[in-house]
Amino acid sequence: MNAPLVLGIETSCDETGAGLVRGRRLLADAVASSVAEHARFGGVVPEVASRAHLEAMVPAVDRALATAGARLADVDAIAVTAGPGLSGALLVGVCAAKAYALALGKPLYGVNHLAAHIAVDQLEHGPLPAPVIALLVSGGHSSLLLVPDLATAVVPLGATIDDAAGEAFDKVARLLGLPFPGGPPIDAAARSGNPAAAAFPRGKYRDQTFDFSFSGLKTSVARWVEARRQAGIAVSVPDVAASFQEAVADVLTRKAVDACRAHGVGHLVIGGGVAANSRLRALAEERCTAAGLRLRVPRPGLCTDNGAMVAALGAELLARDVPPSQLDFAADSALPVTSITVP
Amino acid sequence: MLLLAFDTATPAVTVALHDGARVLAEESAVDARRHGELLAASIQRVLAAASAVAGDLTGIAVGVGPGPYTGLRVGLVTARVLASALGVPVHGACTLDVIARAAASGLAGTGAGDTAGGDFIVATDARRKEVYWARYTATAQRISGPGVSAPGELDACCPVAGEGARLYPAELGAPIEPRYPSAAWLADLTAERISRGAPALAAEPLYLRRPDARIPGPLKRVTP
Ligand SMILES: [Zn+2]
Repeated sequence: MNAPLVLGIETSCDETGAGLVRGRRLLADAVASSVAEHARFGGVVPEVASRAHLEAMVPAVDRALATAGARLADVDAIAVTAGPGLSGALLVGVCAAKAYALALGKPLYGVNHLAAHIAVDQLEHGPLPAPVIALLVSGGHSSLLLVPDLATAVVPLGATIDDAAGEAFDKVARLLGLPFPGGPPIDAAARSGNPAAAAFPRGKYRDQTFDFSFSGLKTSVARWVEARRQAGIAVSVPDVAASFQEAVADVLTRKAVDACRAHGVGHLVIGGGVAANSRLRALAEERCTAAGLRLRVPRPGLCTDNGAMVAALGAELLARDVPPSQLDFAADSALPVTSITVP
Repeated sequence: MLLLAFDTATPAVTVALHDGARVLAEESAVDARRHGELLAASIQRVLAAASAVAGDLTGIAVGVGPGPYTGLRVGLVTARVLASALGVPVHGACTLDVIARAAASGLAGTGAGDTAGGDFIVATDARRKEVYWARYTATAQRISGPGVSAPGELDACCPVAGEGARLYPAELGAPIEPRYPSAAWLADLTAERISRGAPALAAEPLYLRRPDARIPGPLKRVTP
């Protein structure tokens, strides 16, 4: 017998995602990004993102269906990101999902974006062990989570107290004259740089919490670059990029490994756009191996925001008989990570 | 024919079902911050009230604004998805025209619209101390607009329907009914257009303003 077919919709930031998942099998993952429209503003402009979601929504779903060779009538359930994210952007996806549910007469799950980032790994690496520690890092979030059960229990261990890790990448990229979003160009520049060229601070490195801070790091990079420019010393973009990236990867992986040890958990999963960073992936692998931990990181295309991750979580919830959401739930820009679904 | 009509371009979330001859069921609520929560559930109740299911629908009518963007998109994305999923056409209509149609029926025979040849204005809240507006004849034919302006910039020629006159009585004068659009009138207007074979608007939002976004200036120095 076929596992249920789940349509996942994601519009929490600047990607309009529509994914189709059958059980734990990824069938289609259509993503339309408005990132190019935000580039000249140096960051995501919420109203521009919301307008783009409205235009991209139905075409993205149609593309996902075409890729999967499925018809809308084949869909057994719909899942959508209810939060956290940009409120106006979330609302477009939430209303679209409600309309699909209404038209098809199928159950609808309003789900947590962060839990979806964890669930997507099941599409690539099979069922997640329980418990698992999750490190989620992107332009909008930086969190360490203990996940006793993906469908019912996610426990926050720590989060950034100021900037998200991805935000620090964007700001440092801008400082170095690299384009927005900053993650890919910094990763590329860092490949030929010396990560020990500058000793940038690791915020909250030894403070015994699982919280992060990236604001001081960003300021310190700005100071370092400015001081050299003022003194007429050439600034090596690759060196700054490599040193900055090293500081971020160091603090993230150190705290993630510490969290596994502190909670006696043997598996770490990493997700979010920053999980596409090559140095973070390499250092996490190295430190997990040294600590005897198993590391799971989805391929970069599934780490960034997409509809497949939402469908993956929806499929898990459906398989576990979690009750679906009502049609009147609200998009919640600050949905706490403990709310895996909304009622 | 079974037409589902809704409008979310003002603080009202209004839904109606129309069979081509009359309104079968309707429901409206006013809550500027909860369009996304109210609309789908309201559609579900209106369908149930007429013992219909989504699959029975033959068309969708949607108000395309102008109106505050967030609420406006709630209606438009819902209309586009329903139309796509059900394989039925979507008929857009200017939200101000819907208010005008109701206003004209209220004015008919009352003499209230006798000034300026019976013309009247529809003005809704555009926030930022502005209104969305359009001007109509006594029979609800739009003569100018839709536009977005400060209320003081409008020609105070004639009666004003819509929330604008309630918000800016000093600039716009005495208000006439209605204050908000009703999906029953949207359905009525759309059913009539369909019967005449008249074209509808595309399900494209009338934003009338570009998004607020500024290109960042030079980086601030961090060293003293
Ligand atoms: Zn994300």
